[in-house]
Amino acid sequence: MIEIKNLHAKVEGNEILKGIELTINPGEIHAIMGPNGSGKSTLAKVIAGHPSYEVTAGEINFDINGKMVSILEQEPYERAKEGIFLGFQYPIEIPGVNNVGFLREAFNSICTHQGAKGMDQKEFKEFLKPKLELLEIDDSFLDRSVNEGFSGGEKKKNEILQMAVLNPKLSILDETDSGLDIDALKIVAKGVNSLKSKYTSTILVTHYQRLLNYIQPDFIHVLHDGKIIKSGGKELALELEAKGYDWLIK
Amino acid sequence: MSTKDYLDGEYKYGFYTDIETEDFPKGINEDIVRLISKKKNEPQWLLDYRLKAFKYWLTLTPPSWAHLNFPDIDFQNIYYHAAPKPKQKLESIDDVDPELIATFEKLGIPLTEQKRISGVAVDAVFDSVSVGTTHQKELEEIGVIFCSISEAIEKYPELIKKYLGTVVPHTDNFYAALNSAVFSDGSFVYIPKGVKCPIDLSTYFRINAKETGQFERTLVVADVDSYVNYLEGCTAPERPENQLHAAIVELIALDNAEIKYSTVQNWYAGNKEGKGGIYNFVTKRGNCEGINSKISWTQVEAGSAITWKYPSCILKGDNSQGKFFSVALTNNHMQADTGTKMIHIGKNTKSTIISKGISADKSSNVYRGLVKINPSATNARNYSQCDSMLVGDQCGANTYPYIDVKNDTATVEHEATTSKINEDQLFYLQSRGLDMEKCISIIVSGFCSDVFKELPLEFSVEAVKLIEMKLENSVG
Repeated sequence: MIEIKNLHAKVEGNEILKGIELTINPGEIHAIMGPNGSGKSTLAKVIAGHPSYEVTAGEINFDINGKMVSILEQEPYERAKEGIFLGFQYPIEIPGVNNVGFLREAFNSICTHQGAKGMDQKEFKEFLKPKLELLEIDDSFLDRSVNEGFSGGEKKKNEILQMAVLNPKLSILDETDSGLDIDALKIVAKGVNSLKSKYTSTILVTHYQRLLNYIQPDFIHVLHDGKIIKSGGKELALELEAKGYDWLIK
Repeated sequence: MSTKDYLDGEYKYGFYTDIETEDFPKGINEDIVRLISKKKNEPQWLLDYRLKAFKYWLTLTPPSWAHLNFPDIDFQNIYYHAAPKPKQKLESIDDVDPELIATFEKLGIPLTEQKRISGVAVDAVFDSVSVGTTHQKELEEIGVIFCSISEAIEKYPELIKKYLGTVVPHTDNFYAALNSAVFSDGSFVYIPKGVKCPIDLSTYFRINAKETGQFERTLVVADVDSYVNYLEGCTAPERPENQLHAAIVELIALDNAEIKYSTVQNWYAGNKEGKGGIYNFVTKRGNCEGINSKISWTQVEAGSAITWKYPSCILKGDNSQGKFFSVALTNNHMQADTGTKMIHIGKNTKSTIISKGISADKSSNVYRGLVKINPSATNARNYSQCDSMLVGDQCGANTYPYIDVKNDTATVEHEATTSKINEDQLFYLQSRGLDMEKCISIIVSGFCSDVFKELPLEFSVEAVKLIEMKLENSVG
């Protein structure tokens, strides 16, 4: 699905990523953990193509039509159209822009690119129904402005709703669990699990083990100072929970 | 106007109709004023009015207080009248020169009986004359008068005499004086007592001839307990020279009457280097004469090289309400100095101002507004919100709110913001599969949504597309 080789990236002159190596196959869920400032969010943004981050070395190759292709030169929207989705740690408010209108616009843009037909308003509302139910989202949510005045939990749910609608090949969820109460966390996890398939992959960027009680990762990687310093199976999360990061870092 | 035409980028209305026009001398002097009046077979009182205005105009100099920068206009290098040569006497709209019908059709304004848009009556003005008005019969049946102002002068002289120049006198300002001297065509609307006009009325203005000024005059009178929704659209061919447009619009609302006036202004704005385009110097004012009367101005200003325009409300009647909703978008080298005046005179009068300015490229966009509360206006209330958005870093935005309160019981609120489209918003939208241009237009449409929702649905869709098209090439 995605291959990251010796990835170096900097922002405002500071090198944050210092040689990331990561390969993710279709159907896998990978968790990226690590202390604050280790470069987790940067990695998520660099994969999605945030313009503030400059890739100084290395490669990111993504499966496009069965071929591994470098996406480093692609704009964020081009990556999104190929099936990369970034769930934001702090979703952005877009005042005055109708949530469902925006969602349909995005959906149609991606559909069209992938050779499918877009949906009109009515079809789209029908299409949304089961997704809203799954995520326990009220209809009124759709007519509000994108993220404007949303509570922290609502914003995160909105991210998951977008993910469910856009049906990406690779979902990157950046600290989606932060700021969520346990009920909201369960709903978000339900959303992520419902999208799991052997064709899609997920990267969970998280600070805490808590989310991993609800979403079972296949692999866990510990990021520190811009590098992956330890990788393992899901049991690694429990070990981290018990011992913290210090034993790995020193 | 069909919305799909807006989708293809470039200014779509820049074409020129090759039609024979009547000969008319260039420049302005007393004889020209007389000649205009003669061409239109006007009564003596109107000629006197024109001459009075012309003499007054000679004593004035163009206003220089606006935040606008352009070379002096040579008023002798303009044709003050241009009319397509009539091929025969017109009995009905179906007799109009097919070339003209085709022009308006190309602009998305079908005029003929078979093709006209149901639910909207249209008066089509081509250069200095109205070429036709649809739905006149149906409107007549309920007593609504909707025709060109020339026709009204002939058929309803008493109404015109009573109201013309009462809201915007010829002494109001330089361009108002000029218009009063040489005004050509425009629309006249009269809604009788108790009538809620069942269809929207609209005027479509087209400048076609070269080196010609358009000086239209519109007068809307809503009698006691009446209602009307009025729409206005404008386009012009692409020309390397600047062209002058100096209109006057007067609205009068009597007791309990309501007038909603919406404009989508898309005059040719000049090319990328700032060459050509319309100079748009317009005086629009409404008088809430009666108690409980309401006037609202909604404008989407997306064209013209220069816009100088302050649609205003005089809130004379007690409990009357004035509203101003505006989106002004400038790109390339466009300059806009626009806003409103709300003059509170009656008790419990209320005004609302929502202004959204968007500047892109090297353009300049100014909001200028006056809220004046006279001593008589007990319990007057005003709320103003003026937001500016900058796209790129070579453009400018300024807000000049003037507040003049002479009554202690008044409540005046003013909020203003200036924002830039930020990178986080763009990245967020892009990461959902939307390209840069789409993202900008989504953010801008959201920014304008408070104004767009005031427009009639068809206009609102059109406005969104227009903004989208204008911004298409402004993204660096």
